[in-house]
Amino acid sequence: MPLDTKTTGFKYIGTRPDRPDGIDKVTGKARYGADAYAPGMLHGVMVRSPHAHAKIKNIDASKALALKGVKAVVTRADFPTGLEGEDWNIQENCMAGEVALYDGHAVAAVAATSLLLAREAAKLIEVDYEVLPHVTDVDEAMKPGAPAIRAGAADYSVPEGLHPNVMRYIEYGHGDLEAGFAAADLVMENTYKTEATHQGYIEPHACLAQLGADGKGEMWVCTQGHWFVRRMSAAALGIDVANLRVTPSEIGGGFGGKTTVFIEPVALALSRKAGKPVKMVMTRSEVLRATGPTSSSSIDVKMGMKKDGTMTAAKVTMRMQGGAFPMAPIDSALDCAFSCYNIPAVHHEGYDVLANRPKQAAYRAPGSPMAAFATESLVDEMCRALKLDPLKTRLQNASREGTKASFGPTFPRIGLVETLEAAIAHPHYAAPLGPNQGRGVASGYWMNWGGETSVSAALGEDGSVTVSVGTPDIGGSRASMALMAAEALGIPYENVRVNIADTGSLGVNEPTHGSRATYASGLATIEAVKQISTKLCQRAADKWGIPVEAVIWEDGSAKPSGPNAGEFPPLTIGELAAEMGGTGGPISGHFEATPSGHGGSFGTHIVDVEVDPETGYTSVLRYTVVQDAGKAIHPAYVEGQFQGGAAQGIGWALNEEYIYGADGRLQNTVFLDYRIPVASDLPMIDTVIVEVPNPGHPYGVRGVGETGITPPLPAVANAVHAAAGVRLRSLPMSPPRILAAIKAKG
Amino acid sequence: MRYHTPATFEDASAIAAATSGVTRFLAGGTDVLVQMRADIVTPDDLIDIKHIPGVKDVVLEDDGCWRIGAAVAGAELTAHAGLCADWPGVVEGMGLVGSTQVQGRATLIGNLCNGSPAADSVPGLAAAGAEVSVVGPKGARQVKVEDIPAGPGRTTLAKGEVIAGVYLPPRGKRGGDAYLRFIPRTEMDIAVVGCAVNLRVDGDKITEARVVLGAVAPTIVVVADAAKALIGSTLDAAALDALAAAASAACRPINDKRGTIAFRTDVAGVLARRAAKIAYDRARGAK
Amino acid sequence: MTQIHVTTTVNCDEVEFLADPRETLLDCLRDKLGMTGAKEGCGTGDCGACSVTVDGRLVCSCLVLGVEAQGKTIETVEGIADGEKLHPLQRKFIQHAALQCGICTPGILVAAKALLAQNPDPTEEEVRYWLAGNLCRCTGYDKIIRAVLDAAVEMREGV
Repeated sequence: MPLDTKTTGFKYIGTRPDRPDGIDKVTGKARYGADAYAPGMLHGVMVRSPHAHAKIKNIDASKALALKGVKAVVTRADFPTGLEGEDWNIQENCMAGEVALYDGHAVAAVAATSLLLAREAAKLIEVDYEVLPHVTDVDEAMKPGAPAIRAGAADYSVPEGLHPNVMRYIEYGHGDLEAGFAAADLVMENTYKTEATHQGYIEPHACLAQLGADGKGEMWVCTQGHWFVRRMSAAALGIDVANLRVTPSEIGGGFGGKTTVFIEPVALALSRKAGKPVKMVMTRSEVLRATGPTSSSSIDVKMGMKKDGTMTAAKVTMRMQGGAFPMAPIDSALDCAFSCYNIPAVHHEGYDVLANRPKQAAYRAPGSPMAAFATESLVDEMCRALKLDPLKTRLQNASREGTKASFGPTFPRIGLVETLEAAIAHPHYAAPLGPNQGRGVASGYWMNWGGETSVSAALGEDGSVTVSVGTPDIGGSRASMALMAAEALGIPYENVRVNIADTGSLGVNEPTHGSRATYASGLATIEAVKQISTKLCQRAADKWGIPVEAVIWEDGSAKPSGPNAGEFPPLTIGELAAEMGGTGGPISGHFEATPSGHGGSFGTHIVDVEVDPETGYTSVLRYTVVQDAGKAIHPAYVEGQFQGGAAQGIGWALNEEYIYGADGRLQNTVFLDYRIPVASDLPMIDTVIVEVPNPGHPYGVRGVGETGITPPLPAVANAVHAAAGVRLRSLPMSPPRILAAIKAKG
Repeated sequence: MRYHTPATFEDASAIAAATSGVTRFLAGGTDVLVQMRADIVTPDDLIDIKHIPGVKDVVLEDDGCWRIGAAVAGAELTAHAGLCADWPGVVEGMGLVGSTQVQGRATLIGNLCNGSPAADSVPGLAAAGAEVSVVGPKGARQVKVEDIPAGPGRTTLAKGEVIAGVYLPPRGKRGGDAYLRFIPRTEMDIAVVGCAVNLRVDGDKITEARVVLGAVAPTIVVVADAAKALIGSTLDAAALDALAAAASAACRPINDKRGTIAFRTDVAGVLARRAAKIAYDRARGAK
Repeated sequence: MTQIHVTTTVNCDEVEFLADPRETLLDCLRDKLGMTGAKEGCGTGDCGACSVTVDGRLVCSCLVLGVEAQGKTIETVEGIADGEKLHPLQRKFIQHAALQCGICTPGILVAAKALLAQNPDPTEEEVRYWLAGNLCRCTGYDKIIRAVLDAAVEMREGV
């Protein structure tokens, strides 16, 4: 798609206006998933397996159904059979069939006239289980003798002789690996492990569903992508997508975890059976046990480096479990592992492994943080061994425009070099440190995404413009869309209203995921509103009686331009809009595409920590994020993405983890024990927005949402090493682990 | 579930004694409501004691004793200048329980009766020599704080017994106390290890001491050997070493999601040293 | 069903509702009074999204029973603005982009307002510790802290 990329001279882009939905969100008026009510509404509650792996022998709901006010119970028997592939996986995950595959796996659900009653009824549903052996660790799940979770389900890519829990195998690379390692002065190889973490959005999943016996339904749901919800729910229930209209609520965080379905098809099934709307809201413990945390991983990395810091070869093997279903993100993890570097020989190997855990879902740059933890920790170790500056060494090897990426293609214009240069120049990098304090750095990458996108814009009679997008506003994207529309039309920001349209109002839109909303919906918004200005130029040309080629659109007005245009006073958008009924009718613009010019975003982080040598407690003292935004449309929300990503990464590095007991049950199912950073855990998080325009977007935008979670894992590990003299190769770096390492060092 | 609002502790006790089902007393509710929400406990009778006169009192008795009502919230204790001056360690233990919001509701007695070995306010109370007044079917009795916990989630209280108030002994001259806990974050966690130290000095010399550990055994542990290590010393390096060794030796911890045996044992010694220094400084301070 | 009649004052209005004693104040505010500003993020007092004040004291409404509200004075996020006029905290949160998804915002505003009522000039550290029970997963807290400190300045100066 040829784009007339504008990178300077902006009037609205780059300013920081109040977000359009701000007042609703500071006054409690904004309606989130659980804030919807319908006449006659029932409450749905799930029954979940207490076992990590168990055959479901029988489900007896008679006692529950005998309670007055209990209207329906559903089990897998209420869902259609014969689904295949990912449709089957989703259906199976939403409601177990023959076997409960993890602690928290849904096995039945009940709808009743009150939530208290539904909870009581759920406790009365008797499930007869035959407990099976289980496995929750990725390395254990690949060993001979580990229980096979879905024997025979592995795809063609898996070589002979591997455990049946290995679902997929990937191998690729380029260059002469052996020669590369032979040319190195230092070759190091280590194994790293990361534990599963959860996106930790504060809003639990919630929906209000209605489905009639005729197969027509509606749903209100908190989601990052309502078209995904529609497709997945329709498939799980065997209904046509067009018969299901899905309206997104405001969304209380997602980070990738709300790009799939968990309760939605079940609420629809309950509604169909009960003949009434059904509301389902997860508890926090359900969110942690039974939504989609990340994979856990086990990673071997080997790298070769010359004395001067030149990287000569690199090899990575990633083993990831994504729960009891395939599709752990080995692909993107491998792609990101060496993406920061121009290395002549690279080799990647990945194993997608089943374990008795919940089906992993996307979490902010899925796979990349794990890969970065391994690679960027090893780069730090090698820089230490060779007494090299870690940022300058990264700069020396940095990927740049024209570099053949570790994952194959040639990089277009990218901004890693610029982030490294900005980090080196940042006062933070040279600031003094005290005792027991250390500094760590790391870089990271996310390739971003375009995806199916459909946007409409409509001109109002007063010259204001309504833009309808299909990407839920999860962090200020209405403001970004309004800024881009205002810029493209030359009208005030306040004159643009951005709506998040339901599935009945636009073509298919992928979710707000892959850092795509500002890029893809933004691109489509610009193109849609340009159609409005083009049409307005035509109306003005008609009115003036001159050819449309002699009319230009500038500062929100049609103006005659060129030698033969004649002298006419400009016609403003308001004047043209007021007359549009008589000059040809309503005016709107629409753009839809699957744009693929999303440029990847690189970031480099600097962190200072202090480690208490007597307790292993790590406090984060100072943090700086440097990242390429291409062009920051609303810089405050770009900074917010940087800061939020860093905070989540710090949590992942230090304290967040899924803890399974020997019984395979999740032990930390509340926020008290699933330890996300609290306000007093963090310092201010400084940000530097680097702008290396993305040639694939009219204003140069790169998605910024995901890259920020990638560098913190290794950056904190590198800082801990600098502060305490110990290298932690397993996450989280919780105090008992750090103290044990300090004691072992002596 | 039946909800009761008795006007006296005797009535509260009578309701609890008469029922055959599960009973919970409600003061701050920060444990009971969580347990109800998680289906850990669904009481048949919930007895709200906040309508009983005096439960919100913090009173300095004529003999120097502090009497704290059963429904006094943490935030009310930390805002009480007189109590903070006398028993800073007790108050800081309570102040560490949960968030600002939880502090608005949580109580000392609730923290004690929840029976957690990791309860942050309990080591400080025990180190202070605090007692509680228990009202039950057989009348009232005074019980030392350390005699209430019986193990994780359990207390020594008999059916129908309810705690009406806490009594802290007169602070007296040249005393100081302190409580420290270890958590992996700065806030919002359950103690992995807790340690309270209460002592008295004569000049620079420690004349009385009590050291109490939390989260290292099924109940809090009053560590007599640790107190012995302090008494007679000027908190010199040898005394601190002996204190830390005694504290670590008294640990009977478990490996769990919050910490390991080795970690808890080590850190108990570290916290004992640090808490002792604070208590010592407070005892020798301006007060 | 054994429901108890409760009369209470919410944001200056006297209201009544019937509550099952198992229902929390949060349940009652949301499901019986239609005040959905307070959110349930955890139900265990760990996230603060349901923060309200009861008789001026900051609490998690998920850890208060509806029946306990009898005769109390409750303030929620819906009562922070004065009609159409936003409270300085609300304005500063919008100006500083101190919310991304906005789900934690009602609880944080209620908590921050309670802080400034008792400490008009808090340090950064005091704000961070006061708000430690209000989880935010989007912002990394930076802009929230700045917004609270900035609102405090404005409120002190009486602009």
